[in-house]
Amino acid sequence: MIIEAKNLEFAYSKNSRKVINGVSLSIEEGQIISILGPNGAGKSTLLNLIATLSKPDEGELFITGKNANKMNPKEVASVISYVPQTHVPAFSYTVFNFVLMGRAPKVGMFEKPKDEDFEIVTKALSDVGILDLANKPYTEISGGERQQATIARALVQEPKVILFDEPTAHLDYGNQLKTLRVIKSLSERGYAIVITTHNPDHAIMLGGTTAILDKTGHLRVGNSDEIITEQTLNDVYGTDLKLIYMEDVGRNVCVPPRL
Amino acid sequence: MDIASKSKKNTAKSNFYAIGFDLFLLVVLLLCALLALCVGKYSVSPSESLEVIFCELTGKVGNFTAMTRNVILFLRVPRIVASILCGIMLAMSGVTYQGLFKNPLVSPDFLGVSNGACIGAALAILLGLSGVYLSAFAFVGGILAVTLTVSIPAIMKSNSNIMLVLSGVIVGGAMSSILGFIKYVADPETQLAAITYWTMGSFSFVTMDEIKSVFFVMLIPAIILMLMSWWIDILSMGESEAKSLGANVSVIRNIAIACATLMTASSVCISGTIGWIGLVIPHFARMIVGPNNAKLIPTAGLMGGVFMLLVDTLTRTIGVAEMPISILTGLIGAPFYAILLYRQRKTLS
Repeated sequence: MIIEAKNLEFAYSKNSRKVINGVSLSIEEGQIISILGPNGAGKSTLLNLIATLSKPDEGELFITGKNANKMNPKEVASVISYVPQTHVPAFSYTVFNFVLMGRAPKVGMFEKPKDEDFEIVTKALSDVGILDLANKPYTEISGGERQQATIARALVQEPKVILFDEPTAHLDYGNQLKTLRVIKSLSERGYAIVITTHNPDHAIMLGGTTAILDKTGHLRVGNSDEIITEQTLNDVYGTDLKLIYMEDVGRNVCVPPRL
Repeated sequence: MDIASKSKKNTAKSNFYAIGFDLFLLVVLLLCALLALCVGKYSVSPSESLEVIFCELTGKVGNFTAMTRNVILFLRVPRIVASILCGIMLAMSGVTYQGLFKNPLVSPDFLGVSNGACIGAALAILLGLSGVYLSAFAFVGGILAVTLTVSIPAIMKSNSNIMLVLSGVIVGGAMSSILGFIKYVADPETQLAAITYWTMGSFSFVTMDEIKSVFFVMLIPAIILMLMSWWIDILSMGESEAKSLGANVSVIRNIAIACATLMTASSVCISGTIGWIGLVIPHFARMIVGPNNAKLIPTAGLMGGVFMLLVDTLTRTIGVAEMPISILTGLIGAPFYAILLYRQRKTLS
């Protein structure tokens, strides 16, 4: 078990509702967990709690058996990579230098990356298939390419778990599928993956585990093909969604009702 | 593998260019310094001015007048050294603040260093102090102002950059009112003019003693910043992203702010407040060597040194009376900044 969360609770302020309410979750090697939930349910908040970017009000988080409260950012970053939603940074670092930042957990505070780090970055860039972009400014490549660069940066951290915050948001169909394939292949290589998504189809396609976060902050966890039912989807999203098995693609497909 | 070796070669190449450009700047800086030694109300030939310095360093007796010696050693050399150092300090701390606050529009004095230093200096002038005492007052004033700015977010239990920037606005506003009050009570004949002159910046009264007294306060933070420059790149990705990459954000940010503040304060305490350099030079350097702080900090420093030296030399050679520095840095800096922004408008949107 790489990460174990026990009874996490989190509210943005004292009097507001608990966005995360008694959530327990364990993340094993090679496991894919898709977190589904309506807007504002706190999917990203849950991801931030696991990444130790926010602190839970109650409950405990263990990372490779250690209490997360007692770990420094470098220790956490050598286990967990976080792929945020892509954004344009203030300065135009090259793709190479952007990916190089993923080596930070291995670099001392008054040091700079070394040759070994450059090689690891070069390898990650070619793994992800964007080596030809290495010297382009990160600010001038497309959204899909930016995400590939961010994935490469996550890989050079040499983590055990990679967290993706809505990796398919803002991407076209082609790039959405590409991203899902990359995520699937990463889990086959042994990384544990946690993604948040708005699309139940993505959770069905990735298989593995699905965790559904509802508006009361409770999390239901189970095998994707068992937990994603018409009943749960309708509860969570408040609409009449249909799950239809399609021979052509060999899986259930989530279809919205007539307008 | 072909592309792999190519990309590595390109990285090596761009490092080579950056170092080459720094060497070029260093040569330019030395040539400008030589020029600055020679020009002025009392002009000296390049060979003669070098001879004075050579004789002073080796203890030999040269063939020049005492007047020439005094002008070179006690007027021009301190000014040249001071203007180069202050230019380097302001540009380097500008780069640092812009990286830390991931905002290319902030300048070294936005946490209130300059305003605080002005109040310190104005108080010293009110009390009739001058020289090193005035510098010390300015230095302490600058550091106190930044301490106040940094502690407001801590009192409000907020760790965000925006809170710090707004806190800078609050402290800066309060400081300029206090400065206004000091000016109001100052003797308009003598003190007010001195205060005004000081707030516009000048190297006219710099002595070697003053430079020596702050030299290490300039050097040590500059070295620390260059050593941790790569981490400033990481902080410029934003707080939570930097943390998820393993950066101890508050420690790195506090060390970098402390260094940049010491550098700005020591510069302000020998020259008074000088605007624009810390804002414009980092942009200019970034256009040439790119955004990596490891390259940017030294290059911007050297460019700042050259620019400040040239501007100071201009202020004492054009016109009859000497002009405060900020008049020229503003007149040159503002249009220059507008041109830079025009060229970068796509990336800034």
